[in-house]
Amino acid sequence: MPETNYRKIDWITIGLYLALILFGWMNIFSSSVSEAGFVLSLKEKYVMDLIWMASAVALAILILFVIPSKVYPAISWPFYVLMVILLVAVAFVGVEVNGSKSWFALGPFRLQPAEFSKISTAILLASLMSKYDFRFSNPRDALRIAAVLAMPMLAILLEKETGSALVYLGFLIVCYREGMTGWLLVAGLLAIVFFIFTLIFSPFVAILILAGLAGVTAGFYAQHRILGTVATAAAVTLLAFLPRLMQNESLTFLTHFEPEVWAAILTGLVAAVLTVLFHLHRRLALRNLMLGFLAGLVLIFSVDFVFEHVLKEHQRARIEVLLGIKEDPMGVGYNVHQSLVAIGSGGFAGKGFLGGTQTRFDFVPEQSTDFIFCTVGEEWGLLGTLGVLILYMWLILRLIGLAEKQRDSFARIYGWCVAMCLLMHVVINICMTIGLMPVIGIPLPLISYGGSSLWAFTILLFIFLRLDLDGKSY
Amino acid sequence: MNPFQNRRGIVVGAIVIVFAVIAFRLFQVQILNKEYRITAENNALKYETIYPARGRILDRNGEVIVDNKLSYDIMVTPYDVKEFDTLAFCRIFDLDTAFVKERFREYRLYRRKIGYQTLVFKRQVTGEQYNKFVEKSFLFPGFAGVPRTTRTYPFNAGGNLLGYISEVDANYIKEHPEYKSGDYVGKTGMEEAYEPQLRGEKGYNIYLRDAHNRIKEHYMDGEYDKEAVPGVDVTTTIDGALQAYGERLMKNKVGSLVAIEPGTGDILTMVSSPGIDVSQLSEINKYYKELVNDPYKPMYNRAVMSPQPPGSVFKLVNGLIGLQEGVLTPNTMYGCHRGYVVGGLRVGCHGHPSPINLYQSIMMSCNAYYCYVFRSILDNPKYGSVQEGFERWKSYTESFGFGRRLETDIPGEKAGTMPTSERYDRIHGKGRWKSISIISLSIGQGEIGCTPLHLANLAATIANRGFFYTPHLQKDTPEAPIDPRFKERHYTMVDTANFRHIVQGMELAINYTGGGATATVARIPGVIACGKTGTAQNPHGDDHSVFITFAPKDDPKIAVVAYVENGGFGATWAAPIASLLVEKYLKGEISPERKALEQRVLDGNLLHKVKVKKR
Repeated sequence: MPETNYRKIDWITIGLYLALILFGWMNIFSSSVSEAGFVLSLKEKYVMDLIWMASAVALAILILFVIPSKVYPAISWPFYVLMVILLVAVAFVGVEVNGSKSWFALGPFRLQPAEFSKISTAILLASLMSKYDFRFSNPRDALRIAAVLAMPMLAILLEKETGSALVYLGFLIVCYREGMTGWLLVAGLLAIVFFIFTLIFSPFVAILILAGLAGVTAGFYAQHRILGTVATAAAVTLLAFLPRLMQNESLTFLTHFEPEVWAAILTGLVAAVLTVLFHLHRRLALRNLMLGFLAGLVLIFSVDFVFEHVLKEHQRARIEVLLGIKEDPMGVGYNVHQSLVAIGSGGFAGKGFLGGTQTRFDFVPEQSTDFIFCTVGEEWGLLGTLGVLILYMWLILRLIGLAEKQRDSFARIYGWCVAMCLLMHVVINICMTIGLMPVIGIPLPLISYGGSSLWAFTILLFIFLRLDLDGKSY
Repeated sequence: MNPFQNRRGIVVGAIVIVFAVIAFRLFQVQILNKEYRITAENNALKYETIYPARGRILDRNGEVIVDNKLSYDIMVTPYDVKEFDTLAFCRIFDLDTAFVKERFREYRLYRRKIGYQTLVFKRQVTGEQYNKFVEKSFLFPGFAGVPRTTRTYPFNAGGNLLGYISEVDANYIKEHPEYKSGDYVGKTGMEEAYEPQLRGEKGYNIYLRDAHNRIKEHYMDGEYDKEAVPGVDVTTTIDGALQAYGERLMKNKVGSLVAIEPGTGDILTMVSSPGIDVSQLSEINKYYKELVNDPYKPMYNRAVMSPQPPGSVFKLVNGLIGLQEGVLTPNTMYGCHRGYVVGGLRVGCHGHPSPINLYQSIMMSCNAYYCYVFRSILDNPKYGSVQEGFERWKSYTESFGFGRRLETDIPGEKAGTMPTSERYDRIHGKGRWKSISIISLSIGQGEIGCTPLHLANLAATIANRGFFYTPHLQKDTPEAPIDPRFKERHYTMVDTANFRHIVQGMELAINYTGGGATATVARIPGVIACGKTGTAQNPHGDDHSVFITFAPKDDPKIAVVAYVENGGFGATWAAPIASLLVEKYLKGEISPERKALEQRVLDGNLLHKVKVKKR
């Protein structure tokens, strides 16, 4: 075991980390300071945040310089199991905050196991996928990964922390990088698109689009050129004329049919074409396409059911407001509206440090935690928001770059996990504050107020930096 | 190497696209969209309006007739209201619990729309109620009092003339964007006419507030605050005491009483009866319905809005025109045997000696005399036709201000009616009417209608011997000079010399002791007053009683008209009322020998004679 060469620490990542937490503190100060100015009291969030920051830096030093990196693969299973137990336990004995039971209270401090289970999951995933004989094409391996991902997600859903559960989907991107089929991601995205189309327009439109897509894809897969071109052309024309078709009064009879009738007709047509193609060419992709098409239809017809019966009322309301189906600036839409007002009022250069009126005076809810980006937007303007965006992108891309350089696949996969965790948090949080996604309460990494989140990201990040350091030390 | 390394590029590409979408959206929200900035200002800056004190209204002697008194509006922020003792609350403000419950039912219903807004809960509570409320305000979170000024009226006089103020409504704001909801504006009378002076300028304090509408701090330490500028006091030409006396005289009678200072055109008194009691003015909203539905129409300023036939007082005008046209001399004699008879037409008259000259015709108010005069004006061979003669007569009449608005500063002034050739052409056929066809005009009946103000102006014109100043309500003061047009003399087309004879006749009408004078009831000890009675025929009931007068004869100080609807002969009600007002003004009190007359007038009730549409 060679000496760890500390001169090879990745200072750029550490610099980005420090820049984000310091800028975060300024915004927390601005959004929580009262008229009295700086008061050294544990009741003030900005003072508490200083304590969290100091302890996070201590943790970082501990991980970077003291704990050997060999420990992590070794403890992956016990650590993971412990975290899942904690996640389940907290759902029963935790403190309830804002409708979700996800906190352990330890005196004045509260810890959120959901934040920390990301670490244990990342370590276990890296450990499993880095085994030399691991293959996604092996159903045993694939199922194992699915189970490892599903356990903490289900436990977190039990705590009603939907947002934190969604973050785990980021690990699927790591899986994709490690060989999982990309179709799973495409299918997932398509599912979301069809869900939204069905809600905003109608199942009819969604079916037409699905049929069009299937036609185009079938055209590409068909090796019979003429047939393929005809199918593609027909599908594309159908798609292109869709909006006109819907408006044309003489064609209103189209919408007189129930969507089910259309579904039957189209399904029959597409299935027939696909079956013919399949018999002519015997290609597996065509069978998958047909299955995908049928799955799409099932999804479209189950949207209403899912929407009405599976989603909770507040989730329904948030989605409806996001999609513009309902406007509700004083109710569910209030948060998003006020958030947009705060960010929008910042303009190009912002109102200056402590100059924000919207965020300082409670117009924006949760302004030091989930909606901290509003303070950034209002006080620092477009310069600030783009600056933060660039810092994050730089950090994420740098982590990916570092991960790809690792000779050890455990370190590589773990690095990817860290990057994707950050990515999911950043994208979901920022998109929520600017009205691109429904309100999903998760913190903005390293900037939002909150000890659990800060600690968790510090640990995640610095374990990787230590792995990186050890990798360079051979 | 790793078989899937190319997938790194796909993921990185996707990340860059997602960040680019976010960056574009941020650009859109922060740079392109201006709406959010405005919303942010509305959100955070609270303009607290400081209402200026409205200007007071003073009478010609500097007595305050409209003053301000502090009252309070009780405001409520439904969002901040916690459960409170409704009964105690109602006791303080003298409210019905049902009213409070209904209000809160509405707040709950519109809670989304109301949000954190503050609304007016009850207007104009008294200082006493406010003090009680302040003591216990901790019991009623969400409620607060805001000081407002309301009007008070130290003189019980001038309701119609002063007008009222009320809160602007949505329509008014649409037409006058300089007003905001919650502002008050003069709606009638002087309050309306002098709104720009009286109004003052609102000020404001700017505060920063938080999402719960809590005031956080004074914005920029008050750098952008604005002081309220109080309204300017307006001095009226009204004599408060005289106005009050006039209203007492007109009590329980329907009609008008107008007094003008001839030398200036100042309106000393303007009574429209029945009128609005000043005690109702300050809370007009409370009484509005009642006032509007009152069959005697107290909101209606008869003095300027009610054109009526002038009756015999109009003979003065015809006499003046005759003299000026040279078709009449003071010594022209006409005979009258209970009327004027031509062909099948007969204009009746009362019994009096015959023949008579001009002075006697005025003194005794002979109808026949003026039929002759009127016909000689219209049938004057100087003019080619009756129509031309009529046009000439009409331009004389118009030079007295009849048939048009005098352009006073009184809102709602009516022009009255003046017959035209076209109108007679329509009635009788073009060019087919003669002087005899329109003979009613000779004695102030028929197609002519003038407001009491026109008649008061006529009295002032005769008092001035030939000119008038446009009557007005604003007093000329060094601080607030009146419009120069109110200082312009308007000459009639009749020479000053001719007025002498008419004045002579009017003097006799009151002061001739040899018998036959129509207005001896108006005689005032120690004052030589001039006057003319009128009895305007009224197809709907008893005749209207009319009297115009001015006094003293030389250098007149006051010109008055009294128009008492359904009052019968001019001498019955109008002459006593007008002369009592003159006496009060000139002598300060009523002489003992006229006390009985005064009592009769004060006690008189003619309301039963007035036909009103019952609703």
